[in-house]
Amino acid sequence: MSDNNVEKDDFTGVETTGHEWDGIKELNNPSPRWWLLVLLATIIWAVGYWIVYPAWPTLSGDGERGGTEGTFGWTQYDQLKESQAEIMARRAAYLDRFNTASFEEIKANEELYAFAVAGGASAFKDNCATCHGTGGSGSAGYPNLLDDDWLWGGDVDAIHETIRVGVRGEHDETRYSEMPAFGDMLGTKEISDISDYVLSFTSAGDYDGPGQELYEQQCAACHGMDGRGIRDFGAPNLADAIWFYGGTKGDIMSQIRRPKHGVMPAWETRLDESTIRQLAIYVHSLGGGEE
Amino acid sequence: MSDSAAPVKLFEKKERIFPKRVWGKYRKIKWVVMAITLAIYYLAPFLRWDRGPHAPDQAILIDMPARRAYFFFIEIWPQEVYYLTGILILAAVALFFVTSLFGRVWCGYACPQTVWTDLFVWVERIVQGDRAARMKLKKAPWSFDKLWKMAVTHSLWLLIGLLTGGAWVFYFNDAPTLIEHILHLDVPMSVLGWIIALTFSTYLMAGFAREQVCTYMCPYSRFQSAMFDKDTLIITYDEDRGEPRGKHKKGESWEGRGHCIDCTACVQVCPMGIDIRDGLQMECIACGLCVDACNNIMDKVELPRGLIRYDTTHNQDQRRAGEVEKTVQTHILRPRTFWYMTILSVVGLVMLVSLVNRAPVELHALHDRNPLYVTLSDGTVRNGYNVKVLNKTYEDKYFRLHVEGLDGASVRAQGAGNVQIDHLHVFADSVGHFRVFVTAPKQSKAREDFRFVLEEVVTNGAEAGEQAVYDTHFASRSQ
Repeated sequence: MSDNNVEKDDFTGVETTGHEWDGIKELNNPSPRWWLLVLLATIIWAVGYWIVYPAWPTLSGDGERGGTEGTFGWTQYDQLKESQAEIMARRAAYLDRFNTASFEEIKANEELYAFAVAGGASAFKDNCATCHGTGGSGSAGYPNLLDDDWLWGGDVDAIHETIRVGVRGEHDETRYSEMPAFGDMLGTKEISDISDYVLSFTSAGDYDGPGQELYEQQCAACHGMDGRGIRDFGAPNLADAIWFYGGTKGDIMSQIRRPKHGVMPAWETRLDESTIRQLAIYVHSLGGGEE
Repeated sequence: MSDSAAPVKLFEKKERIFPKRVWGKYRKIKWVVMAITLAIYYLAPFLRWDRGPHAPDQAILIDMPARRAYFFFIEIWPQEVYYLTGILILAAVALFFVTSLFGRVWCGYACPQTVWTDLFVWVERIVQGDRAARMKLKKAPWSFDKLWKMAVTHSLWLLIGLLTGGAWVFYFNDAPTLIEHILHLDVPMSVLGWIIALTFSTYLMAGFAREQVCTYMCPYSRFQSAMFDKDTLIITYDEDRGEPRGKHKKGESWEGRGHCIDCTACVQVCPMGIDIRDGLQMECIACGLCVDACNNIMDKVELPRGLIRYDTTHNQDQRRAGEVEKTVQTHILRPRTFWYMTILSVVGLVMLVSLVNRAPVELHALHDRNPLYVTLSDGTVRNGYNVKVLNKTYEDKYFRLHVEGLDGASVRAQGAGNVQIDHLHVFADSVGHFRVFVTAPKQSKAREDFRFVLEEVVTNGAEAGEQAVYDTHFASRSQ
């Protein structure tokens, strides 16, 4: 459309753009002044932005990340560091006191206790939840940390030690126990008899059979005559309602024949002492903690 | 069309309004209302109200960091924000009620937009002179005289804006403390931000936007006409008496002509820039300044007052029909006002009852979900709960927590120090958080309902303490 051929709207005298929809023609009115001014202002603002913030990639790859750095020298990494430093500074107020206090002192101090439980809860979800579950209730083969049944002890010190050195792990002082595979030494009948006797610890009625003698010969050294287990050996209590690898007769027979042994890594090499202490207090707070 | 000289303008540029000074009954009421409302706004934060050592002593305070709102004897917590909803409903229905009776008097007298605009116009008049002088100054080219007058006007406006914003922040902070901080120029960014924002919004709204706020921005003013009926008081121009209008010279006869002398006094004083003689218009805020202006003129030409006045359409119709007028307002009690009054009373009563029965102590228990329950070595089952005890009183309290309706249950609290389930300490005006374990034999139902009961531990001889209950459930197995 040439300029001298522009159509003008009869009513307003304004040129049309030539666009027409259902007989309605678009007028070529200028943009409102305020709108234009805002646009110009944003353009000027953008130029300022280019100067003070990282904006343009450069061919030479100058600058920290291959672009202009901006006069403010701002980077997202610095911003992250700043906010982390802010959190660490806030935490430091408690951390110093926490690190020097004993478990007894922490348990008596509301503030430090809340700090430890909160820190422990967060570390637990990052490191422990994979096996023990986000709620700490474990699953088959992974101990439930909420109940009152502890293989290696349930006071804060014992829990702390277990976390530190792990179970059957690579640590020199690791908690270690190993039940022999009785499938190599005993026949199926004998294993079945022992299982019956073990089940009788938690069922009503007296046991009268060959299993008792076999148990006392083969098992009592670690699990105790009464089946209550011995923590020093990490031998589980067989006379309670909690079964680590299942509580049916089949489960028990299979465990006697070819025992499963779980492994927990030593966390001393992975977490700092403060975090391990927080974890110990958190796990102890879940409900099963012993005094 | 196209052959006419100027093309039609689709957009009308705003004409600035220069209301002329006026005096009279309604102007006087407006000054009084302005004085009262401004006094309330500026002084209310300094009122004190003793609440004991654990709560602030400011009568009206919205304490954002502590999540509390105080209004004299009322204190609300964040979860009780429905009181605010109630107040808003009350305010809205009260507005409907007043509007159906007296028209838009809220707009004309008490609305902050009106009050501050009035104040700004007054400043403008003091510095630049009355209507004619202001109009002349607006048209005049820039000179030293115009410059200093404009500078002073705008500085005073900004100062009023600053005081407005400055007073606002006192409702959110302890006023005497904040005043000291402000005097030492030591104010937090949040306070400074609010002061600046309200300074400029006041400057903009009362200095420039003015009547456009009422005409184009305000939703209330738009739907208030829905509350009008023929018995609502509105500003009326008595057409039967006034028309035909025309100029009048002293001593001329009033025979065969109307009483309106077309002096346009009513138009010149109007802050909305309308001509009331055109009838009721959506812009009219019922401020009555045109009534004052016309009455003054009527006095001068020795005619009875009331050519322009507050009146109802019903009255006008009656007069036209030749009936006798009973009172100024014939129908106060109408279905409309009756229903507004009823709603107002019901909402007010509900709020009053709920306020009087507001529990001073509340109990909440959140059942653990992960895991739902834990089996213990002796075969019993333990459930965990996060228990919150809300102590809304101004005293430290001790509580005993036990369970009801769960066979063989025992309950204990887990926490720092020597926390005892029968001696839970909750500070005044705060929430106590407790980790609580309930242990019981396996129940027959997967989810057994039971009730936590919280009782205040009172010292010997004292009256029965506060009590609260919370119904929840105990899980024994997966569903």
